[in-house]
Amino acid sequence: MFWDWDFAISITPTLLQGLKITILATVLGAIVAAVLGLVFAILRRSTNRLISRTTGFVVEFIRGTPLLVQLYFIFYILPDFGLRLPPLTAGVIGMGLHYATYFSEVYRGGIESVARGQWEAARAGNLNPRQTWVHVILPQAIPPMIPAMANYLLAMFKETPLLTAITVMEMMSQARSVANTSYRYVEPMTLVGVFFLIISIFSVFGLRWLERKFGGRAR
Amino acid sequence: MTEPIIRVQDLRKSFGTLTVIDGLNFEVKKGEKLALIGPSGSGKTTILRILMTLETISGGRIEVAGEPLYHMQKNGAEVPANEAHLHKMRRHIGMVFQHFNLFPHKTVLQNITLAPMLTKGESRANADKRAGELLEMVGLSDKAGHMPSQLSGGQKQRVAIARALALNPEIMLFDEVTSALDPELVEEVLIVMKRLASETDMTMLLVTHEMSFASDFADRVLFFDKGKIVESGPPEQIFKNPQEERTRTFLRKIIAAGQHV
Ligand SMILES: Nc1ncnc2c1ncn2[C@@H]1O[C@H](COP(=O)(O)OP(=O)(O)O)[C@@H](O)[C@H]1O
Ligand SMILES: [Mg+2]
Repeated sequence: MFWDWDFAISITPTLLQGLKITILATVLGAIVAAVLGLVFAILRRSTNRLISRTTGFVVEFIRGTPLLVQLYFIFYILPDFGLRLPPLTAGVIGMGLHYATYFSEVYRGGIESVARGQWEAARAGNLNPRQTWVHVILPQAIPPMIPAMANYLLAMFKETPLLTAITVMEMMSQARSVANTSYRYVEPMTLVGVFFLIISIFSVFGLRWLERKFGGRAR
Repeated sequence: MTEPIIRVQDLRKSFGTLTVIDGLNFEVKKGEKLALIGPSGSGKTTILRILMTLETISGGRIEVAGEPLYHMQKNGAEVPANEAHLHKMRRHIGMVFQHFNLFPHKTVLQNITLAPMLTKGESRANADKRAGELLEMVGLSDKAGHMPSQLSGGQKQRVAIARALALNPEIMLFDEVTSALDPELVEEVLIVMKRLASETDMTMLLVTHEMSFASDFADRVLFFDKGKIVESGPPEQIFKNPQEERTRTFLRKIIAAGQHV
């Protein structure tokens, strides 16, 4: 028979083990991307030309090169310079850094959606820059960004199989190793696809909900 | 003679190649209520924004409460002010904006207490108490827990006035605080402003298109045109007996537009 149910069931625990790593890498990567993205967005707004230009260049450079190349660089080339990272750490940093450039655009849109009068009211109230960001700007900028952020989160999730290339044992790596030892590809690859699909479908429902709740794209 | 609380000397301001304020001089006494009137585009808003440090200046000098606003002393010389100096000077000044600029994500109460708690280290209890008094003064005691989006324009502007007052500035700037309001909501804001003018010794600068209000409110009126003071004097002079042709022309236009002067 083409499809072997017993085999499929027997490899499921291994794949779910990998799925955990996939989700972990996605979540940690998204946290890195969210934090770094904010840093990029704020630095790009700096009135100091050197800072804003340099940040702009770095962001464009990272966005303009493939994630896979960046992952290779972090995992296989940085050790030559004395920085040896465990696979998952390297993967989280690589994905986080790459997506931070997209997140920074989302932040930019969100920040620009806050009316100029809000900055001025904060200044008239004599808030310092940190207080202005924390209490006035970000609370207004972030809600309209949430749907776009969730979209990128889903994109990151679907890009995790790239981490196979740097030996992270996420779901795709597990599937490959199962396949390589059993010489059966149909079940592991199909299951990987199904697991991704299930999570994506749920995520899309979640996204729709977020879009309704936060009013779609950044105002 | 008391020292003026605001002294503007040879102030200049350009936006790119457009010169908006060109060699402006005036002084404001402590406690004085000053109305700034003049045609649209004459630079009235820009002056208030400069006093609130929302702009930079292109030349000249401003002193507030005896200290330079856009300059500071460094090693015995006067240099452009840094952010820390501006921050210190801003404590003297508060502003109410034409478009309210309330914080939409905060309740009415939080709008009023945010800055005192953050910038003056006031306790929540004290800030709430003071906000309660201010809300009572502007007639909005029952709206403390509302969001700005639930308020009418007139109510929003009264909250904005309370927010600015909460910091107890010595100088308050009002930029056309009624011109974004529906006509029927103007009066409630003017009533609050009049009370404020008569009950406090705060120095107030008011930009307005409401000539009868300027006349009631102000000790002195400055008539602006093209970034310069054309004429200044008590309201009786400016409105009843203007000395300058440009002032007369302006008032004729205002009257033709249906306002009582
Ligand atoms: N940020 C700015 N950039 C360029 N021009 C400006 C800016 N702000 C104001 N202006 C110009 O300065 C002039 C004076 O404006 P403003 O002070 O708002 O006048 P008023 O309040 O008397 O109507 C206007 O010609 C206006 O277009
Ligand atoms: Mg104006």
